[in-house]
Amino acid sequence: MHTAKNIHFIFYKILVLLAVIVIKTSIFAQTEHRDDHQLNHGNESSLENYGDSALGKSHDSKAEKFDAGKMIIEHVSNSHSWHLWGHSELALPIIIYNKTASRWDIFSSTKFNHGHDTYLGYSLSHGIISHDKQEKIFDLSLTKNGAAAILASIALVIIMLLVARNYKKRGTASPKGIASFVEPLILFLKDEVIKPSIGKGYEKFVPYLLTLFFFIFINNLFGLIPIFPGGANVTGNIAITGVLALITFIITTLNGSKDYWKHIFLPPGVPKFLWILLIPIEIIGVLTKPIVLMIRLFANITAGHIIILGFFSLIFIFSEMSKGLGLGVSVLSVAFTTFMSMLELLVAFLQAYVFTLLSSLYIGSARETHSHEEQAQH
Amino acid sequence: MTLLNIFSTIITQAEVSTWGYLGAGIGAGLAAIGAGIGIGQIGGSALESMARQPEISGDLRSNMIVAAALVEGAAFFAIVVCLLIILLK
Repeated sequence: MHTAKNIHFIFYKILVLLAVIVIKTSIFAQTEHRDDHQLNHGNESSLENYGDSALGKSHDSKAEKFDAGKMIIEHVSNSHSWHLWGHSELALPIIIYNKTASRWDIFSSTKFNHGHDTYLGYSLSHGIISHDKQEKIFDLSLTKNGAAAILASIALVIIMLLVARNYKKRGTASPKGIASFVEPLILFLKDEVIKPSIGKGYEKFVPYLLTLFFFIFINNLFGLIPIFPGGANVTGNIAITGVLALITFIITTLNGSKDYWKHIFLPPGVPKFLWILLIPIEIIGVLTKPIVLMIRLFANITAGHIIILGFFSLIFIFSEMSKGLGLGVSVLSVAFTTFMSMLELLVAFLQAYVFTLLSSLYIGSARETHSHEEQAQH
Repeated sequence: MTLLNIFSTIITQAEVSTWGYLGAGIGAGLAAIGAGIGIGQIGGSALESMARQPEISGDLRSNMIVAAALVEGAAFFAIVVCLLIILLK
């Protein structure tokens, strides 16, 4: 039945989403950004001023010179607290499993005071938590990108459950409301992207590929929102795009047909003495495809954010020279930023589409069996 | 001072990071040129084909966008390398 199939898809989607979230929450706490270098090498005074904790400490604000590079890197990289507005932040928990002492340490990130204090022997520097007695620790903290990915996933699950409920209530009548927005996307992906790329037996992969598309799309969109539920650069975090590419790679490898493996390790149609040259090339080809997927998404989204933040920094840089100049530049900046944001909306959809398209192409080409090729060689 | 003197002074006394930044800037610019040429060729041939056979322009449009995204991916490799130069110095 139509509605039962949709519930089935939804169930699979939730499962895949949860698996992805669990894997990611453990991965991107480990790969704290090296971009945080800039953050801690900047003026120490502005570090103290930046971000009163949500628990309400107040600093006297000294006049700080606007550092555009530092601001941009801060916004684009991961951190242990979520900046809300002005000087208030949402402090996220630090979760550490201390293997040497065999205990879990969970505390608020305000204890670190942006890397100035140590707590329980832990210290935060350049985004990496270390223990002063060199104990072996596993850093599983919930960082800004992790919290944002979870929020976006919850929003996605709510949207999809609403869509499913819409179908259940209206049966075969045309959808109304949010389902009428989501349905053309799903049908477009299924009929124009997944089915032509994978061919027979494509239904198995539709849940994963649809989840992939919507996860990337909604995280790209949330990254463009400048304020609370959105201020995090999730898909611009190379660990997250890395995990997405890794999952695609695993699915491709697990579904490789015999012809796929033969093409890599025993390339047909080539004299055997060239195999020693060709096989490493084929193996590198197999490995670069997910790596390129990862870098394409990461670089596109991060570059877009840097451009928009750069335009906004122009306002502050010019206003430090003179208030009037700042006001004038702000008109130009807002115009440029609006244009760039339109472009970023297009890029948000396009990058999700290209990631899904390439994933389905890789899966499809891995499943291919060339029964006619063997005949042609005779 | 002769030109040679000036040049040798710059080479021997400038810090490594100065040349690094220069390289990163030039690399980013070259990446933009490469992306521009590639995507321009894709767009040009797509438009030409649409002019010859307007009824398949929908198909051509989607394929053009896919090819453009792939070419941009290559350009972004260069951008990422330049960013690494600047951020890891």
